Amino acid sequence: MKVLVAIKRVIDAYVKVRVKSDGSGVETQNVKMSMNPFCEIAVEEAVRMKEAGIASEVVVVSCGQQNSQETIRTALAMGADRGILVQSDAELQPLAIAKLLKGVVEKEQPELVLMGKQAVDNDFNQTGQMLSALLDWSQATFASKIEKSDGKLTVTREIDGGLETIEVALPAVVTADLRLNEPRYASLPNIMKAKKKPIDTMSAEDLGVDPSPRLSVVKVSEPPARQGGAKVGSVAELVEKLKNEAKVI
Amino acid sequence: MDFALSGEQNMLVESVRAFCERELYPHEELVEQSDEVPPELAQEIRDKALKAGFYAANMPEDLGGGGLDAVELALFERELGRPNYALQSFVVRPSNILQGCEGDQRERYLLPAIRGERMDCLAMTEPGAGSDVRGMSTRAVRDGDDWVVNGQKHFISHADVADFCILFAVTGEEETLRGPRKRISSFLVDHDTPGLEVRPGPRPVSHRGYKNCELYFTDCRIPGSALLGEEGKGFELANTWLGASRLTVATMCVGRAQRVMDLAVDWAAQRKQFGQPIGRNQGVGFKLADMATDIRAAELLTLMAAWNHGQGRMTDQDAAMAKVFASEMLARVTDEAVQIYGGMGLMDSLPLERFWRDARIERIWDGTSEIQRHIIARSLLRPLGA
Repeated sequence: MKVLVAIKRVIDAYVKVRVKSDGSGVETQNVKMSMNPFCEIAVEEAVRMKEAGIASEVVVVSCGQQNSQETIRTALAMGADRGILVQSDAELQPLAIAKLLKGVVEKEQPELVLMGKQAVDNDFNQTGQMLSALLDWSQATFASKIEKSDGKLTVTREIDGGLETIEVALPAVVTADLRLNEPRYASLPNIMKAKKKPIDTMSAEDLGVDPSPRLSVVKVSEPPARQGGAKVGSVAELVEKLKNEAKVI
Repeated sequence: MDFALSGEQNMLVESVRAFCERELYPHEELVEQSDEVPPELAQEIRDKALKAGFYAANMPEDLGGGGLDAVELALFERELGRPNYALQSFVVRPSNILQGCEGDQRERYLLPAIRGERMDCLAMTEPGAGSDVRGMSTRAVRDGDDWVVNGQKHFISHADVADFCILFAVTGEEETLRGPRKRISSFLVDHDTPGLEVRPGPRPVSHRGYKNCELYFTDCRIPGSALLGEEGKGFELANTWLGASRLTVATMCVGRAQRVMDLAVDWAAQRKQFGQPIGRNQGVGFKLADMATDIRAAELLTLMAAWNHGQGRMTDQDAAMAKVFASEMLARVTDEAVQIYGGMGLMDSLPLERFWRDARIERIWDGTSEIQRHIIARSLLRPLGA
């Protein structure tokens, strides 16, 4: 089974994000960038599938600027076989990415597309679902466990009330949740091998997709600063404050 | 001039740092408190390092090592400077001098060391021969095909967990233009050889869990095949293979300083006194500025020496400058970090006090600061005949 893993380059999850002073977005200049943590989990799962003999080839794809190539290299160092960069300097929103990925899927013909459930920059949580709709493939989101038996996948999903186990027919789009696995650190031989693995580059035009944004960001602002806590003298006062001040009960 | 790291170099740094954070940091408390790395844990670290390809990263690829070039190795060592020293010592980089092994010695010492089956240690220092290495008195005397060794070594790092030592001993005297001097030879000696006793050394202030030992040789008989390199050429061998070990000290100091710096900046931004973060006080902010600048300077000095080393033109001066500056930088940075933390910096519930303790040894081992300055001064004056 050929597995395509879609990955995204985002501001490193451990960086303290700062909003630009004009409210147009967040500061990305001189900020450490990394692979979206959920994408890392998707790559890890695909590599494990390859090691277990379930996947025959693991191809990683990223849509974005030239520097997304670094992120692809990281995935190759984790054990993916080759990479594809869909290069675009435009701001790429979930629908555009889903369309681009559809184009890549049509070229590559994988049986499974693995991706993160969402990217930690914009928290859209849309691309996987959109891709499955565009392809008319099965989808399983928020996966915490994936098992393959002939022609189908059994996927355990993390939902509000607990865990839900579903069966989906292949081909399918599966999005990874946090507890699916713990991604590895790249081994030294794999880091060295990564530079020799091929990365193909293509453009949105090559795939016949117009990636122009359909949403416009009106304003980005910092969350309100956390207020200091307060001490209450009695249960009655607590209830009163919860009711009238915090308005949560 | 390109100061940026390449994609692979960045990946290497991130991967080694992730290894340290995930596999070594969680055990630091245990080692700091108990002054021991339990054997099972040591083995677990070795296994994980082998699996990640970090074991013997300094050795050439065709021997089964990591095949890192000099700059990559400096970055690798820099990251391993961050965790507790004893823990990282099980991500073993066998002594480069083992590359001088010939014939049978390769299969008995060099390759098992690279494969993680046997561990080496370097037995050079003696109670009467520290900086003056040639002043050593341990002797190896020919007896038929064998050598018989008598003498005492001390401060022999990690000899407690090593399987064999690379021993330096006097094998004769020779006349030189500057008078008579001792001929030093190098030997490979298994620790279970009769006549060799490995005893625990005193407990140092730095690097909890990382032991130094005393080696006692009493009519210790070793075969002729134990000679590493040529008789009387022990120093030449050491100069060929051990030149970069000062660079290792320097780059590990940089790594540790960077970890300390992150903690200091965090604290200065979070700790509030008189209604504002203490970092807003210039007394603290300027300290941070000086620390960051100090670290950057040491990093550049170290990477430049490593780059020169990779080009095959690192001078003694390059390594000495990196070593003396980086180790003294670490002393300044850890001391100021404790100061910024105030009382908490001295408590063993935070790692600041141990970074401060650990920094002390770096100005002493692998050539004291004074020896490094002597090397630098000599290389300035000698061309002028002074």
